[in-house]
Amino acid sequence: MPLYHTEDQAMLAESVTGFMADEGGIKKQLRHWRDTNCKDGFGHGLWKQFAEMGLTGMLAAEADGGLAMGHVEAGIVLAEIGRNLTPSPFLTTSVMGVTALKDASDELRGRWLPGIIAGETVLAMAIDEGAKHKPEKIACRAERAGNGFRLTGAKDFVIHGTSADAIIVAARTSGSDSDADGVTLFAVPKDAAGIGHNAVRLVDSSIASHVRFDGVELDGSAVIGEVDGGRAVLNKVLSAGRIGAAAEQTGVGAGAFAMTTGYLKTRKQFGKLIGEFQALQHRAAHLYSELEIAEAVVIKAQQLLDGGSERAELMVSVAKAKAARACNLAVREGVQMHGGVGMTDEYDIGLYMKRERALTEFMGDANYHAERVAQLSGY
Amino acid sequence: MSELEAFRAEIRSWIEANCPEEMRKPVQDEGDICWGGRNFVFKNEGQKAWMEVCAAKGYTVPDWPVAYGGAGMSPAEAKVWREELARAGARPPLSSFGIWMLGPALLKFGTEEQKVLYLNQIARGEIRWCQGYSEPGSGSDLVSLQTFGEDKGDHWVVNGQKIWTSYADKADWIFCLVRTDKTNVYQGISFLLFDMTTPGVTTKPIKLISGASPFCETFFDNVVVPKHQIVGQLNRGWDVAKYLLGHEREMISGAGGGEQTSTIGKVLTRNGLDDPMLRAELAQFDIDALAFAACGEKFLDEIKVGRAHPAKPNMMKYAGTELNKRRHELLMAAGGSTALEWESEETRGGAPARSWLRTKANSIEGGTSEVMLNVVAKRILELPGA
Ligand SMILES: Cc1cc2nc3c(=O)[nH]c(=O)nc-3n(C[C@H](O)[C@H](O)[C@H](O)COP(=O)(O)OP(=O)(O)OC[C@H]3O[C@@H](n4cnc5c(N)ncnc54)[C@H](O)[C@@H]3O)c2cc1C
Repeated sequence: MPLYHTEDQAMLAESVTGFMADEGGIKKQLRHWRDTNCKDGFGHGLWKQFAEMGLTGMLAAEADGGLAMGHVEAGIVLAEIGRNLTPSPFLTTSVMGVTALKDASDELRGRWLPGIIAGETVLAMAIDEGAKHKPEKIACRAERAGNGFRLTGAKDFVIHGTSADAIIVAARTSGSDSDADGVTLFAVPKDAAGIGHNAVRLVDSSIASHVRFDGVELDGSAVIGEVDGGRAVLNKVLSAGRIGAAAEQTGVGAGAFAMTTGYLKTRKQFGKLIGEFQALQHRAAHLYSELEIAEAVVIKAQQLLDGGSERAELMVSVAKAKAARACNLAVREGVQMHGGVGMTDEYDIGLYMKRERALTEFMGDANYHAERVAQLSGY
Repeated sequence: MSELEAFRAEIRSWIEANCPEEMRKPVQDEGDICWGGRNFVFKNEGQKAWMEVCAAKGYTVPDWPVAYGGAGMSPAEAKVWREELARAGARPPLSSFGIWMLGPALLKFGTEEQKVLYLNQIARGEIRWCQGYSEPGSGSDLVSLQTFGEDKGDHWVVNGQKIWTSYADKADWIFCLVRTDKTNVYQGISFLLFDMTTPGVTTKPIKLISGASPFCETFFDNVVVPKHQIVGQLNRGWDVAKYLLGHEREMISGAGGGEQTSTIGKVLTRNGLDDPMLRAELAQFDIDALAFAACGEKFLDEIKVGRAHPAKPNMMKYAGTELNKRRHELLMAAGGSTALEWESEETRGGAPARSWLRTKANSIEGGTSEVMLNVVAKRILELPGA
């Protein structure tokens, strides 16, 4: 398959590009919700519009009312989200959440998917425990109790945790913390008794939650997939989240880069446009090269993931690491090349820097994925 | 089975049946490459047989038209051919400046007679070409070149000097940039072809830091070049030269699967290398190598359907060559003091060190990294004054 968009994908990209620029722009969304101190950090109205555009259920099966599209298509949406810094629950809900629900019972899918597709329901992912992503270790426990389970433990960096209608939780149902087996995924409704939130605003103005589960009673129908066999589902969810975050990052990088080259073409010093200085030209050209490479490996990994390739897992980690490094360079160079105004809240370039940091951390930073690349490659 | 899958099956069994054993080992250094040409000394029977059997089918230049010695493959088919070669671990049957550089330029700018004659010779590995661009005073600033062709009616008389002419002492013919109008810088250069055995052509090898001397100073003393041996129009050679450079840069970039697109972490840690810092660097390299491989694949896919920015080869060359240099720095680091050996049997005559030194030229030959960045800044990013 060639590494560029098909005609259908190009059409999708065209409509999503226009939509996100018009409706999801920085002023209309990110700055608005930030400056009004919104408790969700995103707008539910926009989430409804996502649904009207057919984006919320793009990964869901046709039988479930979805569009049965893949990660290439989701990546098109995420790249535009990144370019416009659009706050939305798309990644946790429509990408990771829907991926998890694909392995869920008819009952669970029937309970959550229609709301997601309609743009009314939001999902959050409770995976991380501690400040660094390390899903190989899961200590949060769900003990059998009667016909169901009792969930106890803590989760961190749960994006949209307080706005979510349900939280998908990776919990341990048997074995010790670092075992691969013995993990089970649960869809925990927000009103279950015993959930405690400590919601915090992050540097990028998104809202994340430290969630405590204090003996939360769940019946067996909350289980996604097999009891003790959740690792396989979790891995799919992780791959979806990682490649999704990488796609969003390429958009963040591209957005920051466009602002920066724009500035190089307008700002004058020493009687010249600063873009005439070779020192800046070379850095801009190097950055362009890094961003192009990141974009290419992201689409490669998306295609492999959609095609069910054996190499998908490796290439998803390659893509996440590469996108993180390239995008990080883009925002650092972006702020530097703007000079003093790059440090002001009024200029958007700093917002790109903030978002980049959060996305890098989400589902494993570049070092985490480098370690994974080494392991998956056999060293 | 789709047509392409059927084609793949056919190619796979053809390679299986025809590729000699010796040609299924990885290329170790430039000495393993089959360059072809009048005086080429084949390394073994297998190398000769593989070139000839491929040439007979047009597989040395699979996507050139059949009339010019190719196999007329579509872009998708040519991709299958490359993938199947890689899968079988088979070496390219023939590599040459004719295939990478002059061929594409002739396909675009050559007359029908030139195409039939020269392209077939290239495809069959009969004539080996060298590139006469750089001069002592004109490297990055190539357009300032001084080698002059004086108009003598039905021929030019060429005088001047080229430098860094790779394999000038081994090549049969040269494609050469010659000034034919001293009053016009850009529109005063012509793209000429001539035989290296023409009276007045002499070469003098230059020794490289790697110890090899693959390139030369090349002198022209009243060299007679018939008028029909011009490619493109008189004084418009710069257009041909630039077009050719795009292909040269694409080739040097390794976008089509050069060594920089393969990972090294696994091999280098095989013998229990216990160095966490090096392991981390290797993992970072492997990420960049796999990402660059994807970028190369994307670039080639896009180029075939006319979607790539025409200046993109410059970006690819910059990224690919810098990556390859890093690769060899890591190979040296992992090799430790063994990799320092210059003449030992264990290192096949100092191959690691020599290859490491050779790669330093990657970001110089065909246009330096700094020049690549200049071109990207100007033509792709459209930065002012660049
Ligand atoms: C192994 C090898 C094989 C070669 N084979 C051939 C061949 O077959 N045929 C042929 O014609 N030539 C060949 N070359 C020559 C090659 O193309 C030139 O070396 C190259 O174009 C650089 O020119 P130069 O050596 O004169 O360096 P210079 O142009 O003098 O450059 C010196 C330094 O200045 C920098 N520099 C120059 N201009 C600028 C600028 N505008 N902005 C920023 N930095 C700048 C360069 O990047 C470089 O770092 C070969 C070179 C090598 C090393």
